[in-house]
Amino acid sequence: MKTTICAALAAVCSALSIAPAGAKTLVYCSEGSPENFTPAINTTGTSFDAARPVYDKLTEFERGTTKVEPGLAESWQVADGGKTITFKLRKGVKFHSGVNGFKPTRDFNADDVLFSFERQWKENHPYHKVSGGKYDYFGDMDMPKLLESIEKVDDYTVRMRLKEPNVAMLANLAMDFASIHSAEYAAMLDKAGKKEQFDQVPVGTGPFSFVMYQKDAVIRFKANKDYWGEKALVDDLVFAITPDPTTRYSKLKAGECHFVIAPRPADLPEMQKDKTLKVIQQPGLNIAYWSFNVLKPPLDKKEVRLALNMAIDKKSIIRDVYLGAGTAAKNLIPPTLWGYNDSVKDYPYDPGKAKALLKSAGVATPLDIDLWYMPVQRPYNPNAKRIAEMMQSDLAKIGVNAKLVTYEWGEYRKRAQQGEHMTVQLGWTGDNGDPDNFFFLRGCAAARPGGQNLSKWCDKAYDDRMNRAKTLSDNKERAKLYMEMQAIEHEAAPDLKIAHSVVWEAMRANVTGFKQSPLAAHQFNGVDLK
Amino acid sequence: MLKFFLQRVALTVPTFVALMFVTFVAIRLVPGDPVEVRVGERGISPERLAYFRHELGLDQPVWKQFLDYVWHLLHGDFGTSLVTNQKVLTEFATLFPATIELGLAGMLIAVLLGIPAGAMAAVKRGTWYDQLIMGLSVTGYSMPIFWWGLILIMVVAEGWGLTPVSGRIDLINYYFEPTTGFMLVDAWLSKQPGAFLDAVRHLILPAIVLGTIPLAVIARMTRSSMLEVLNEDYVRTARAKGLPPRRVIGIHALRNALIPVVTIIGLQVGTLVAGAVLTETIFSWPGVGKWLIEAVGRRDYPALQGGVMLISAIVMLVNLAVDVLYGVINPRIRHGG
Repeated sequence: MKTTICAALAAVCSALSIAPAGAKTLVYCSEGSPENFTPAINTTGTSFDAARPVYDKLTEFERGTTKVEPGLAESWQVADGGKTITFKLRKGVKFHSGVNGFKPTRDFNADDVLFSFERQWKENHPYHKVSGGKYDYFGDMDMPKLLESIEKVDDYTVRMRLKEPNVAMLANLAMDFASIHSAEYAAMLDKAGKKEQFDQVPVGTGPFSFVMYQKDAVIRFKANKDYWGEKALVDDLVFAITPDPTTRYSKLKAGECHFVIAPRPADLPEMQKDKTLKVIQQPGLNIAYWSFNVLKPPLDKKEVRLALNMAIDKKSIIRDVYLGAGTAAKNLIPPTLWGYNDSVKDYPYDPGKAKALLKSAGVATPLDIDLWYMPVQRPYNPNAKRIAEMMQSDLAKIGVNAKLVTYEWGEYRKRAQQGEHMTVQLGWTGDNGDPDNFFFLRGCAAARPGGQNLSKWCDKAYDDRMNRAKTLSDNKERAKLYMEMQAIEHEAAPDLKIAHSVVWEAMRANVTGFKQSPLAAHQFNGVDLK
Repeated sequence: MLKFFLQRVALTVPTFVALMFVTFVAIRLVPGDPVEVRVGERGISPERLAYFRHELGLDQPVWKQFLDYVWHLLHGDFGTSLVTNQKVLTEFATLFPATIELGLAGMLIAVLLGIPAGAMAAVKRGTWYDQLIMGLSVTGYSMPIFWWGLILIMVVAEGWGLTPVSGRIDLINYYFEPTTGFMLVDAWLSKQPGAFLDAVRHLILPAIVLGTIPLAVIARMTRSSMLEVLNEDYVRTARAKGLPPRRVIGIHALRNALIPVVTIIGLQVGTLVAGAVLTETIFSWPGVGKWLIEAVGRRDYPALQGGVMLISAIVMLVNLAVDVLYGVINPRIRHGG
C-alpha cells in the first residue's frame, strides 16, 4: 500500500522521510523504553538492545556466540605477561552523518576510544557527570581496579595497560558498556551547551543509524549503508514498544511485528504449531541455585549437603515453575558456555538415600533449617517463593523442617552476602560469556562476609585452578581447568543447582538470518525479511 | 458566584497540599530505594551506595527532603527522573497528550452511548430493554479492564481483523514526527493519505475498554435521575399540556435529569486515569499511566511524585470545573453555597 501511496505522492513522501518504494521494514516488538541510548550508564537488556544497532565496540561477540572477534579494533597484541594489550584500530570507519545535525569531519580514530573510556573512568572528564554519571558496568567489571592506563599511541593505535593480567578483558570490551562514541559529536554538543542530548540522540558507527525515539511508543533506525561489517539487510528497523507479552503475541500473529521479545511460556505450544511463526530457544547465560552456608552446622558436613541435593524433586520444579522455560542445571555455567563439563552427573532425586545420608552424618531429625527465597522475579527464576514451597514440602519428607524467609530485595542480597542464612536461593546472569564470570561465585575471595559466594565455601583446589586460569590466554588450557573445577565443586556440593532459564525467541516465519545470542542480545544486522 | 468559586478553590488547595505530603511519605515507605533497585545479584558496595544516595539527596531526613521538594515545586521544578535523567515535567508533557486523547475518546463513547441508553431505560422502565441495559451496565462496571482489553484484542483485532492490535499508528506504513502529541491531530497534519483513519482505527479498542466503566456508571445514573424527574410535577404538566413525548423527555425531563450526571462525569475523570494505567499497558499506549507504573517499579521518586501531583492537580481542576458548572446550571447549589 505504501508503495502506491509513495508513487502517487513522491514529493510529499520524500519530504516526510517515508521509506522509499520497496523498502523493507523490520518491526521488533520490544518490551520497554530504554533509559537512554548510552549503554555505559544503563543496566537493562532493554536499554542495551535499543542502543546496540547504533554502536560498535573494540571487540565484538560473534553474532550468536560468546566468541570474541575483532570489532573496531581489527587486531590486538597481548604482551608483558598479559598486562599490556595494544589495539590496531580499523581505518575508514565512518560515524553516522545527519543525526541531530551532526556531520562528522573525520573517520573513527583513537580519540573516540579514549573519549568513550575516560568518560566512565575519569571524574574530571567533561562528560563524566552528564546524565547522572552512574557507570555501573564499568565498576562491576572491575575496570577501575584493572586499568592502569589507556594511551593513544597514534591515530590508529591504542595501548591499554592493566594492573594485573586479566584474560577476560577482551570479552569485557565486547560488552555494551564499552561501546565507542564519537568524540567529535560530544565536542559539538558541548560547544552548543547541549551535553545532555549526547545520551538521548545517539551517534555511532554501527549497522543502523538512529532516526527518532518516542518514549513508550517507538524507536526508529535506518540502515547504515557505509557500515564496515555485516550489513543490515533491511532498510528500516523499528522497535515497537509493547510491554504486555499477550499483546506482543497478538501483534506477531497479526503481522504488526516480525519479531517479539520474551514470549510467554504458556503461549509456546500454540506458537510452535503456527506455520506462520518460527520459534527458537536455547539455555540462557544464567544459573539459579540454592546455596548452603557451609559455615553453619550441620551444613558444614558434606553428607548433609548431599542429602539436601537428593531430597529435592528438581524435575517437578522445572515442570511446574519454569513451565518449559527452564532446563535442569548440574554445573554453575550453562551448557552454551565453553568449558562446560558434561561428564558431571547430577545427583538423583532419592529421598530414601537422603534420609540415610542424614542419619550417617549423625544429624537428628527433625532438623530445622531456614530457606531464603527472593522477593522478586529474576531472569533465571520466575517464582522463587513457589520453588521454596516445593522444596519445603520435599524436605519435610526427609525430616527437615524448612522455615521460609524473605526480605526486601536490597536487604535480601545484603544479608545473604553477609552469610546470615543457612540456605538461600539466588542466581547469576553472565555478563561477558567468559566462564570466569561464573566461577568466581564459589571462589575464596567471594566467600568473605559481604562477598558473593553465598555458600561461604572455600576450597583451595578449586580456587588455585580458578586463579591460574585467569592468567592463561589459551582457552583450551583454561577449559581443562574449568572442567576440573566443576568436578571438584560437584563433589563438595556447596549448593544445589536448580536451573538455567531457557530463552525463547519468536518471529514471523519470513524472518531469516537471526542468530540467537547466549547473551540474550538482539542484533538485527544480517537479518532479512523474505 | 465569585464567592462560590472562591470557596471551592479554597477547598482544593489544602487537599492538594495534603495529597502532596501523603504521596511523598507513602513513596518512601515502600521498601527498596532507587539506587538499590538498579543493582542486580552483584550488589553494591556500602561506599558506592552512600555516594549515590547522597547525590540524590536521599540521605537527608524525610522532612527536609519534603521541604526541598516543595521549594522546588514552588519554582515550577518537578525534579528530574532518576532513570532517564529527563525533567519530570518534560516527560509528563510528552506523554500526557496520548492519555488525554485516549481519555477523551473513552469519555466520548461513555457519554454518547450512556446518556441515551440510560434515558431510554428509564422511559421504558421494567421492559426487557430496561433490564438488558441495566444488566449490561452491571456487567460493564464489574468487568476487569485487563481481561476485557485482551478479549477485545483476540476477538476484534485478531479474530475479525477489524482493528489493529495495539499502538497508535501503523509503524510500517506511516512515519511522521509528532508535533502536538495527539496522534489524530498529527496524523491529520501529516497529510499522508490514510494516516488519520489509521490513527482512528488504533484508537477504537482502547477507547472502548477505557470507556466501559464510565459508560456503565453514566447509563445507570442517567436512568435513576431520569426516573426521579419523570415523576416530577412539571413533567406531568408538560404531558398534560399535550406536548409530544419526545419534547417532554428530551427537553423537560432529560435536561433536568442531567444535572447529577454532570457531576458523575466529572468524578469519572479519576476512574479514567486509574483505568488508563491498565489500558495503556495492554494497548502499548504511550501515556502517563504506563509511565507511572514503571516509575513505581524502578522507585523513580521524582517521576512518581511529580506524575501523581500533576495528575491529581488535573483531576482536582476538572472536579472544580464540574462543581462550578454544576453551580451554573443549578442555581440552588450556587445559592445554598
